[in-house]
Order: sequence, then C-alpha cells, then structure tokens
Amino acid sequence: MKTNDLIRLLEEDAPAGMSLGRRITLALLAGVVVAALLLIVTVGLRHNLASVFETARVIFKVGETLLLAILASALVYRIGKPDLPARTRALMLLVPLGLLVAAVVTELALLPPADWGSSWRGQHAAFCVFFIPVLALAPLAAFLVALNPALAGAAAGLAAGAIAAAVYAWHCPDDSPLFVATWYVIAIGIVTAAGGLIGRRSLAW
Amino acid sequence: MASEADWADWMRRAIGGDAEAYHRFLHAVTPRLRAMARRRCDQFGAPPSEAEDVVQEVLLAIHLKRGTWDPARPIGPWLSTIVRNKMIDSLRRHGRRVDIPIDDVVEWLPAEAQADGSERVDAERLLARLKDPQRDIVRSISVEGAGVRETAERLKMSEGAVRVALHRALKSLAAFYRRDRHEDE
Repeated sequence: MKTNDLIRLLEEDAPAGMSLGRRITLALLAGVVVAALLLIVTVGLRHNLASVFETARVIFKVGETLLLAILASALVYRIGKPDLPARTRALMLLVPLGLLVAAVVTELALLPPADWGSSWRGQHAAFCVFFIPVLALAPLAAFLVALNPALAGAAAGLAAGAIAAAVYAWHCPDDSPLFVATWYVIAIGIVTAAGGLIGRRSLAW
Repeated sequence: MASEADWADWMRRAIGGDAEAYHRFLHAVTPRLRAMARRRCDQFGAPPSEAEDVVQEVLLAIHLKRGTWDPARPIGPWLSTIVRNKMIDSLRRHGRRVDIPIDDVVEWLPAEAQADGSERVDAERLLARLKDPQRDIVRSISVEGAGVRETAERLKMSEGAVRVALHRALKSLAAFYRRDRHEDE
C-alpha cells in the first residue's frame, strides 16, 4: 500500500467524534451516578449519617476518599493526552497519601494500644474490600470505554476505586483511620490493579 | 510552506468534519514525517527503505489519536510526541528484524526491491491479515480510489456498514503493527 493510498483511507474514515475530554466527563458523571445509586438501592446510606457526620473521623474518611477521587480523576483527564506531561498530577496523589499517614499516626497517638486491634479490624472489613470494587465496576467500565486510545488503565482504576470508596464512605460504619488505611487501600488497590491489567490489553492504540 | 498555525487550523476544521482541511493537513504533514523518518533511520543505521513504513504507522497513529489533541493548544508538541513514540517503536521493531530466521528475510528482500519508494511491505503484509469485508473495503478505497458510497454499492453493503468496517480496519492495522512488535520481543 502506498502512503497516498493510506491517506485516502484516513480521509474516508468518519470524523473524530467526541473529544477525549468530553468522553471522560461523560464517563465520570455516569460512573458516579451509577455507583451512588447502586449503594443506595443495595446497602443504603448509613442509618446514623446525620449524627455521626460531626466527628472528625467521619469527616476525614469522606474527605480523604473524595480528595483521592478528584485527584485521580484529574490524572485520568491528563494521562490520555500525549503532549501534556502527567507527572505533576501524579505527584499530587502524594497529598492524600500524606493525609492518610498523618491520620493514622494521630489515631495511634489518641487510642490506647489495647483498642488498636479492634479499630483496625472494624466490623465489616471483608465487606469493605468486596463492595468498593463492586461499586467501582461502573466508573471503571465507563472510563475504559472513554479512554479507548490510551495506556491509562491503572489511572482509570485508581479513579474508579476512589470514586467507589467515596461513595461507600456514606454507608461504612467503620471510621478509624486504621480501618481506612488498611481495608480501603486494599480495595482501591484491587481496582487499580484490575484497571492496569485490562488497560494493558484493551487501551493500547 | 505551511506553518504550524496552518496545520492546527486545518486539524481543527478536520475534527469539525471538514474533509478538504483534513486532506490538506495530511498532505502537508506527510513530507515532513518522511524527512524526519529518513533522518532517524539513517541515525540508527536502519535502511532508508524502512522510513516509509514508519511514516505510515505514524499517520495511522495521528489519525486514530486525533481526538486526544486539545484544539485550544498548539499542535506541534502533540504531533512531536506521537511521532517520537511511534518512531521509537517502529525502529525498535525493525532493528530486531535482523535476528529473525532466513526464510522471513527472503520474503522481505525481494518485496523491498520492488518497492517504489512509497510502497511498503509491512503495510502490504498487514493488509493481507484483515478479515473479509474489511480487506475488500480497504483495497477498494485505497488502491482503487473509490469513495465510501461507491464501495458500498460495489460490495452491496450499506454506507454505514462500510464506514464502521473501515474504521475497524484502521484500528486493526494499528493493532497489527503493535502486535508485530510484541512478537519480535
């Protein structure tokens, strides 16, 4: 095939359609809505939500997951664009990491060592690690479809996992940073790894 | 000679559906890509005949990736990044070809001798791997120069089906290039 023949093929191919940014925005909206609805219709919001919302631990848990969701989503927007470096946005992820470490240290300082174990285990560790990836299914699928031409699976997984965690935090009765630092991180890690594996197969262009 | 601003302008209009602007863009970019590819091939000790394969792989990538360019930004850095990445991929793949069994080399050499400077072996071999309606459509449009409508009539397909198959074919071609690389590794 001559190069001019190839150019003719490219010209005849349909116009580009929606821009990458708009596809990601649609995926983000769809993913958040589906994950939130899924939480509400299955396990529901936490029953004592209004009253516990004043405690520092709950505010930390909801705020931390939300911050991670926002920063990881910002990374997804950047990572599919070849001409823009993603490094600054990737380094921003150190902020929630630092907050998490600070919260764990504070919790360890506040709690008597005898209570560390029960706070770390919580009541629903297994459910947390199971349900965050379930909630992440919709945002992850939506991101992967939107990102089609980009090696961004892991970023999509991290954003999807963080969105799911930020949704799950509205149900989860385990509030200790020890719990969040362990089980939330494991759950988000599962989704990140899954996104990376799927992305390696399906996102290369 | 067109400036980078012209390129950006053409690409912007092309994304908006202006086929004439896309035609201009592709024909303005290709000679530059070719010069770049030849220089790189020279620099890395690859025969200059491989440059045209690089050009075609880069053109495919630009086409399939064009949705990732933000029209509010200059097009130069976006193009350069794609060109550099694809060029590295392509040269690496061709660099390894030296080590493959003699059978494949025999197949490679005469075809290369026939090449008229812009006819490429890789693309030809990859075209042959396309599945049926896709391969017919690609040949009809590229080699025979038919439009989508003409191709649809000839193959007794709807225009929509031809468009979908054409787009899939281009994605498959890009994937074949990639997979080629993985097989070599």
